[in-house]
Formats: sequence, C-alpha cells, structure tokens
Amino acid sequence: MKSLTLPCDLLQLKSLCAGDTLYLSGTVYTARDAAHKKMHELLEDGKPLPFDINNQCIYYVGPCPAPNDKPIGSAGPTSSYRMDKFTPELLDLGLKCIIGKGDRNSDVVNSLVKNNAVYFTALGGLGALYASKITKCEVVAFSELLSEAVYKLEIKDFPVIVAIDSKGKSIY
Amino acid sequence: MCYNCRMRVLNTKEIENAVYRLALKACNSLTPDCERAIKDALQLERENLSKFALDNILQNNQIAKTENIPVCQDTGLACVMLEIGQEVFLDGELLEDSINCGVRRAYEDGFFRKSVVDPLTRVNTKDNTPAMIHTEIVSGDKVKITFLPKGFGSENMSAVFMLTPAHGEDGIVDAVVNQVKKAGAKPCPPVYIGVGIGGSFDKCAYLAKKALTRPVGTFSDRSDVKQLELKILDKVNKLDIGVLGFKGKNTAIGVAIETYPTHIAGLPVAVNIQCHCVRLESEVL
Repeated sequence: MKSLTLPCDLLQLKSLCAGDTLYLSGTVYTARDAAHKKMHELLEDGKPLPFDINNQCIYYVGPCPAPNDKPIGSAGPTSSYRMDKFTPELLDLGLKCIIGKGDRNSDVVNSLVKNNAVYFTALGGLGALYASKITKCEVVAFSELLSEAVYKLEIKDFPVIVAIDSKGKSIY
Repeated sequence: MCYNCRMRVLNTKEIENAVYRLALKACNSLTPDCERAIKDALQLERENLSKFALDNILQNNQIAKTENIPVCQDTGLACVMLEIGQEVFLDGELLEDSINCGVRRAYEDGFFRKSVVDPLTRVNTKDNTPAMIHTEIVSGDKVKITFLPKGFGSENMSAVFMLTPAHGEDGIVDAVVNQVKKAGAKPCPPVYIGVGIGGSFDKCAYLAKKALTRPVGTFSDRSDVKQLELKILDKVNKLDIGVLGFKGKNTAIGVAIETYPTHIAGLPVAVNIQCHCVRLESEVL
C-alpha cells in the first residue's frame, strides 16, 4: 500500500485515484456535526476559523475519552453526509483533504473538483484500530463540545481509501 | 393480606451493578456470533476492498479486546431491555434511576463516549444518560437484563412503514430491501437487520429493536417467518452495496423478524438497522 504524509502538495493529491488504498501519516484536525455548525457561524459573522485551514485535512470523528495511558480513545470515522452542507465553504477556504465515511452529495463532489481536493473514506466501525494509529491528540477549539471539539491529531500509517478523487471520480 | 411475602425481593442496586457490568463488557468487543458471521463473510467475499475491510474489522475486534477499549467510538445510546418476572418485588431506588446510575458509572469508568444531548439545545448530558429503557413483565421470579449500545450511524437509517393489508408479504420485502438500499454505505454494512411486523406504530418499532437482541445467524421459530428472513437476506445481499459500501456479496449478516398481531386495517413494518459492530450483553438476576 502507498503512503502519504499530510499536509501534502497538489501534485501528490492529483496523483490519487478513487479506489486507491493508502496509509496516511501527519497532521489532521477533527470536526464533526457540532464543530461544523460552529465554524459555519463564525464564518457568517466574518470571524476567522479556530485553525488555519489552508492545505489542511479534516477528519470527521468524535473520539472516546483517552484512557490514562493513551493519547486518545476509540476514534473511527463518522458518516460524512451530515457535513455536506458545510463542506464546500471550507474547501473554498483551502481545505484539501477530508477523511470520513460514506458517500457525499453532488455539491461536495463539485467543490472537491473545483478546489483540487480529495475525500478519503476510513473504515467505519473500526475505532480501536484507528486509535492505535493516532500518536498525539490536543484540543484546538470548542472544548465544551467534549468529543465533538476540534482536536489536532498526529496520525501514523492510518489506513484509508480514496473515495472521491480530485477529478470527481467516486467509488460509490 | 400481604402479597409481598410470596415475592422475591430484589434490590435495584443489583440491577444497577448488572447494568454497569454489562455496559463495560458490551462496548469492548463484537458478540461471538457477530465475529463468526464476519469470518464467514470474509470466506465468501470476492471484492478486494470489501475483503480488505472485513479483514480489518476482525483485526479491530482483536485490538479492542486486547487493549480493552471500545470497538467503535460510537458507544451509542444505552439501550436497556428488561424482562421482569412478576413475582419479583423491586426494592430500593427507582428502577429507572438505578439503570441510569449503572450507565453513568460504566461510561465514565470505561472511557466511553458520552453521546446524549437535548434534542433541541444539543447540550450534552455528559454522562450518556438517560438510557432507553424497555420493560416487559413476564412470568417467574427472575430479571433478565440486556444491554445494547446502539450507534446512530445505523439508527439514523431505520424507519417505520405503515403498510396496508393489500401490500402483503411482497410489500414487506420491498419496504425492508428498499430501506437497506437507500441507506447504502451509511449504516456501516454488513448490517444486521431487525424487523418488526404487526402491532401498532410504536409496537413494531420496539419489535424491530428486540429482534436485534437475537444472536446473528439464528432464525425465527415460525417457519413462515424464517422463510421471510431468508428471502429478505437473499435480496439484500444481491444489492451489491457490500462491506462499508465497497460492493460485493456481503451487505447484511442477518435478518431477524419479530411479529405481533395487528389491526384488520393495517400492516405496520419497522426496520431497525444495526451496523457490523454488533455489541450486546445480557444477564439473568
């Protein structure tokens, strides 16, 4: 299987094809339903996002609390379609990679193509396996949202499949 | 006359402790019957991505068991089903409070995700309570407690259909198969499909949930219902949704149907979808 370190450059993203399996390493930011709603509200109010999203990757996850000896608890992907409404505006701001699970609507596919971005699907229901691929976790914003807060994660050899590539080709 | 003297006294603290034990155990591994079904699915599968996913599902279960962490981060709504013998006298704290106390302790001590919010304000209750509690009064002097942590990726794909008698068996099959088709990859297939047929609007939904407490790979005792389970399973596995939406022969690992008599004018059908992470524990007190 191929490997890719995040954040990555445009050439690397463009070389990915729907159906490719690969291991991701590097930095990702978490956000799911509640954090997306909050980020949308910040943008509506003309305020900046809590982290620089340019060229970054968002992972749709709401992890379990970390047991004492681990950086994070169980941490598999959540369904992506619920974030469809908020995704194009984040892609327009420079978001380049998304990790979630399941299909996206046509607005998201079009926006991925327009912005040369890629959507990966992680394997749903595999929280324990993904937790073992996360080496570091720190809260970045919205800590009151508990598991739905924005966390910055360091991941290593995190298995994903290219679900929608930068040309808009989809495995679904 | 004192009826209590004929009754077995059970303190609800024992129920609280049982809920605590069951929740801690349930979230951190697949049921043995589910694991077996996933292994069988892997033998059958020909699609590479689906095989890759099934293999990883089995690895994930091993990691969860070894590390004693949840198989899935969605440790769910705490669904607690009780069969209470009518010769049992429940002493102590209110039953509901005791169950919630067991859930609260388990979700804290187990480092499980607290996923319960007010439906409108979306403010988290921070302890995964309240539990979804169903009670049935049965004969005898025992209490059976079943704990089912229900993830919402699959719960969101569930539905109730108020069919009419004219729809008949074909209508039931179509409703269930179309619901699974519509759900696609979202409920994390291969799914376990709980179906409730009959009763009322609310009763059939409960039956569908109750059906999910049956071990994967078992069938209804009624031969006509078993045939219906097999028919739906066959049709669903021809949808080519596959493991996590990666195509192939394994869209479902089982169909469990529970039935109940209904009104002459109706044919309620509920479909409760369970993801491939079947987690369930029960205990008799």
